Amino acid sequence: MPDHRLKPLTPLGNASPQTDTIGPVTITENTSVALASLATRKGRKADVAKAANSLKLTLPAPGHASENALWLAPDQWLIEAPFATHEDIAAYLKPAFKDAASITEQTDAWVRFDMTGPDLHPLMERLCNLDTRVMHVGQATRTVIDHLGCYVIFKTDSLTLLGPRSSAKSLHHALITAARSAY
Amino acid sequence: MNQSNRITGGLINRDTTLNFTFDGKTYQGHPGDTLASALLANNIRLMGRSFKYHRPRGPIAAGSEEPNALVELRTGARLEPNTRATTAELFDGLTAKSQNRWPSLRFDAMAINDRLSPFFAAGFYYKTFMWPATFWEKVYEPIIRHAAGLGALSRQDDPDAYDKGFLHCDLLIIGAGPSGLAAALTAARSGARVILADEDFRMGGRLNAETCTLGNQSGADWAAKTVSELAHMPNFRLLPRTTILGALDHGIYSAVERVSDHLPEPLPGKPRQILWRIYSKRAILTAGAIERPIAFENNDRPGIMLAGAIRTFANRWAVTPGQRVAIFTNNDDGLRTATDLVAKGVDVVAVIDPREGLPMLPGIRHLQSAQVIDTKGRLGLSAIIVRSPKGVEAIEVTALGVSGGWNPNLNISSHHRGRPVWNDSIAAFTPGPNGPAGLTFAGAANGHFSTHAALTTGAAAAAEAIAALGFTAPAQDLPKAEDAPIAITAFWYVHAGKGRAWIDPQNDVTVKDIKLSHQEGFRAVEHLKRYTTLGMATDQGKTSNVLGLAVMAELTGQSIPETGTTIYRPPYTPVSIAALAGRSTGPDFRPTRLTPSHKWATEQGAVFVEVGMWLRTQWLPKPGETTWRQSVDREVLQTRNSVGICDVTTLGKIDIQGTDAGAFLDRVYANTFSTLAVGKVRYGLMLREDGIVFDDGTTARMGPSEYVMTTTTANAVTVFRHLEYCRQCLWPDLDVQLISTTEAWAQYSVAGPNARKLLQKIVDQDISNDAFPYMACGEITVCGGLRARLFRISFSGELAYEIAAPTRYGDAMIRELVAAGAEFDAVVYGTEALGVMRVEKGHVAGNELNGQSTALNMGLGKMVSRKKDAIGVPLSARERMVTEDGYRLVGVRPVDPKDPLTAGSHFIATGKDAVAKNDAGWLTSVVYSPHLGHSIALGYLKNGHTRLGERLRAVNLLAGTETEIEIVSPHFIDPEGERLRA
Amino acid sequence: MIINHPLLGPRDAQEFVYLGDANLINRPDGLVPDAEVQFHDYLYQRDNPAGLHRELWYHEQGDRSWLVVTRNTVTHEITQVELAREVAHRQGRSK
Repeated sequence: MPDHRLKPLTPLGNASPQTDTIGPVTITENTSVALASLATRKGRKADVAKAANSLKLTLPAPGHASENALWLAPDQWLIEAPFATHEDIAAYLKPAFKDAASITEQTDAWVRFDMTGPDLHPLMERLCNLDTRVMHVGQATRTVIDHLGCYVIFKTDSLTLLGPRSSAKSLHHALITAARSAY
Repeated sequence: MNQSNRITGGLINRDTTLNFTFDGKTYQGHPGDTLASALLANNIRLMGRSFKYHRPRGPIAAGSEEPNALVELRTGARLEPNTRATTAELFDGLTAKSQNRWPSLRFDAMAINDRLSPFFAAGFYYKTFMWPATFWEKVYEPIIRHAAGLGALSRQDDPDAYDKGFLHCDLLIIGAGPSGLAAALTAARSGARVILADEDFRMGGRLNAETCTLGNQSGADWAAKTVSELAHMPNFRLLPRTTILGALDHGIYSAVERVSDHLPEPLPGKPRQILWRIYSKRAILTAGAIERPIAFENNDRPGIMLAGAIRTFANRWAVTPGQRVAIFTNNDDGLRTATDLVAKGVDVVAVIDPREGLPMLPGIRHLQSAQVIDTKGRLGLSAIIVRSPKGVEAIEVTALGVSGGWNPNLNISSHHRGRPVWNDSIAAFTPGPNGPAGLTFAGAANGHFSTHAALTTGAAAAAEAIAALGFTAPAQDLPKAEDAPIAITAFWYVHAGKGRAWIDPQNDVTVKDIKLSHQEGFRAVEHLKRYTTLGMATDQGKTSNVLGLAVMAELTGQSIPETGTTIYRPPYTPVSIAALAGRSTGPDFRPTRLTPSHKWATEQGAVFVEVGMWLRTQWLPKPGETTWRQSVDREVLQTRNSVGICDVTTLGKIDIQGTDAGAFLDRVYANTFSTLAVGKVRYGLMLREDGIVFDDGTTARMGPSEYVMTTTTANAVTVFRHLEYCRQCLWPDLDVQLISTTEAWAQYSVAGPNARKLLQKIVDQDISNDAFPYMACGEITVCGGLRARLFRISFSGELAYEIAAPTRYGDAMIRELVAAGAEFDAVVYGTEALGVMRVEKGHVAGNELNGQSTALNMGLGKMVSRKKDAIGVPLSARERMVTEDGYRLVGVRPVDPKDPLTAGSHFIATGKDAVAKNDAGWLTSVVYSPHLGHSIALGYLKNGHTRLGERLRAVNLLAGTETEIEIVSPHFIDPEGERLRA
Repeated sequence: MIINHPLLGPRDAQEFVYLGDANLINRPDGLVPDAEVQFHDYLYQRDNPAGLHRELWYHEQGDRSWLVVTRNTVTHEITQVELAREVAHRQGRSK
């Protein structure tokens, strides 16, 4: 727990995360995940693999996400960890990877929305060009939603959306509007 | 009169009666009707006026190809002009009005144009409005603008929402007639993902318009049964009321679904329409065929329609357009209209057929080798004049069906410039090669006109398409259907009389116009189109292009294929701008980016300004301040006198790491960064490869292999793109990793003599001048342990810092900073004060970084290191880039301190005329400096660095201002930089 | 248009930003004596073919890869898509 006196705001600008249910879909702002980018330095793939292994991180292939990492770009991933225990996620990763990787805190760069519902496809087809009906759990990719570059992560019972934090309200508005329209 | 033209049968629900109004009068129709079918049922044939001559017009077609029956639908903000009555679905309470007429549809004053028609022939605009030249803007254009257009806009905001969406399929089928339905069945049963789109609200195409049977059921029943089988398949998606607008590249099609057009207004939260972007692997065009008329004198009277349209109205909508009907046809399909009408009990008084030697139609007066040569009836058809071997006679009729044959509806096949090819056996064009890749054609759209051929070619096209995608088509069980041969003798227009015979009724193009075009040398098809406006109306000549072409072919003595053909463009039918805009309207035009202090600033009543997508605080008014200048002056003075706080989060922040990060920066910046000590910041100048300044900002070295670059707010995205380009394309082996951190940190500038005192109250470490000197940077903690970053950099020229904390604490940080600053009377300042202070200090910003200026122009020439290779350095040495008399950044002050300055003013020497050859440069940025008590400016002045103290004029011809000014150093404040280092 | 990304498969061209001729990869050495002439040709002399054209596209709304796309400027047919970093390697670029 932080020992300072400052109170955080969620990306939507509130003291605690917001949940909205529209028809069959529930959209939840999730602030419980800390994020850091991990980029392999030149010639250090083996070292990165080893260090990742030691932290039980699974670094997925292009277009995929594991339970604790999302592929961003060639040799670059976004590492996830529980915020409650890993608020300073970069400090947690750096000792393991040392100079084999470049690590940058990304927790506050993103707003995270978890979307659940029996059938999210009608919503997604109003939002982005992904063919969600044929995508499967473990796939994750960036796409454009409401003009914004967002990551879409396919999970067992939900979709997770990472969008640029400064536009959290606009993105949320787009999600709610599309959900009202689609269901 | 109530529905006096309603006949038996039809696919309408007579159990329910719908009320609607046309031109203020109330009528009744039924669910399943269109506005056109309901009006015809009520014996209303006159529905509009033509564009040029204001001729009375009624519908000629029964679908989206309709050129005449364009009306205004609905009222108030939902009013929509130029809507085809033939596709508008009837609902209770529908309000429609005719257009392009005044004062009324039956009496239209502008119909005088019809009497003046000799003056309005083809090329009229080109010939008439040429002279005198001065008349164009003042006389001709206002007249044309007044007369132009058909319906009028509501001039109110559209209250409805429009969605955009994305769909994916293996096979897209365009048109749900017999061919499309057979294709859909074949493909969907194989397991392929199929989308079937049709513009109609009832699937089946001409199956709903004909009396033919499929197996043992009616065509309409087979269509309904097929759609219900398809609807149960999870791999099938039906898009009714959906028009495929165009073929984009690589199997992408754009479509508009009219979700709520058939409702009085959309349901809450639902869109009026959806613009779909459909990704397909293959597509089949099964859009059927469109009938074409025969041109004869006065062939445009209300009541004269395409024969197939009359059949559609009779069979599908149980309507006859008149009680006494004649048919004029050059093909057997037209004869069907006669027999179908007779079967419905309609009085078919004659069939006029230019062909000879045909078997006579039983029970109908069938005139062969005969032609309709003229018609009568002012606001609607009352008689036709027929010439036959027996002589000329007048026949009283109220409706005439005309068929000159059918044109395959190949519109979309030509969207990638695929040229249609002529097929003599059907006397029509069929889709040619070089159409959109992956698109094939079946049924009538490909010239296969019988129902049997439609079914079999549709199924075969689907089987071929899905086989190419790895699916296997199941065995076919297509129903038995008619397979009549095509019996047509090409016949285009009647050679008789001196009157006008219409070809393109919407744009009022007649046979005479084509002749004139030919006579004046506009014979190539594209010239013909533009000279006569043939096919250039909102219907794109769906019923008229081929006929016009045939007339031209006859005049030139060439065959139709030799004469050529025109191709079509998207959209297939007109689409509203609202559908193209989707949700991107008003405040939702684009997403908004909010800064971390936004909530606090809103509470304080801040005035915001849009900076790209960002909303930034422009200034923060205090009670009693009535003008923005009062607020801004106060913010500047208080910062310079004590301390000010500003949210600078919007600056781009890029984390650059790797063992070669320093070497990389040396190549992307004109100056050197590899030598920068850890814990230090340096100002960097980034050039484009052509030597022009691209961007600037500070870059901090946080560790041996770790830098944080800042960019201008405007260029954050383009700089990052450029760095990736340099990293991947130019130097792929450099060990450099990049990631944007703009959003991750809330960053505040704290500037002014008391900045350190303020910050020391919340920073947990010692930030004295010794511990944290000018241009230092480092990791710190604040407020008892929050991780943060501190940079001692200054844009204002004051002792200043930028402090960055994780964005989630940005709101808490601004409140902490304001609270800690209370004892110093700290002020929070916005972008205006920021701008004033940077001009006072002589820092360049967007107005100076204008994409035309070099480092030398900015007075920063020494920053361009010649010792190394970096982007832009080689070409900045070009002769014309380094001339001594080039533009240089200067400061400007008015000689009389009371004089204001105007940005954009040009430097003109005293006594010289304010003309281009005396132009010596311009004022780039102008502010009022509360510190100095007068206006100041930055500017680019030729040879400016040698002209300090010189007096010139600042002339702004646009603003009408002229001020005597003096050239001074651009550093109005603290030129030695003592405050920065304090 | 659809660009078949070597790592991510078919993606809508709307996700990409276009730069221009892929010959931009062949940036000359800025320190040779005739650098100015070489850079002039590099930056301003371009082929403008009606036909196959190798060009740089950036997957800005995707994985930030620069791609070399071989596209027929007449038909928009795309015949080859490669990672620009691999093309650069092949063309001898390194550090």
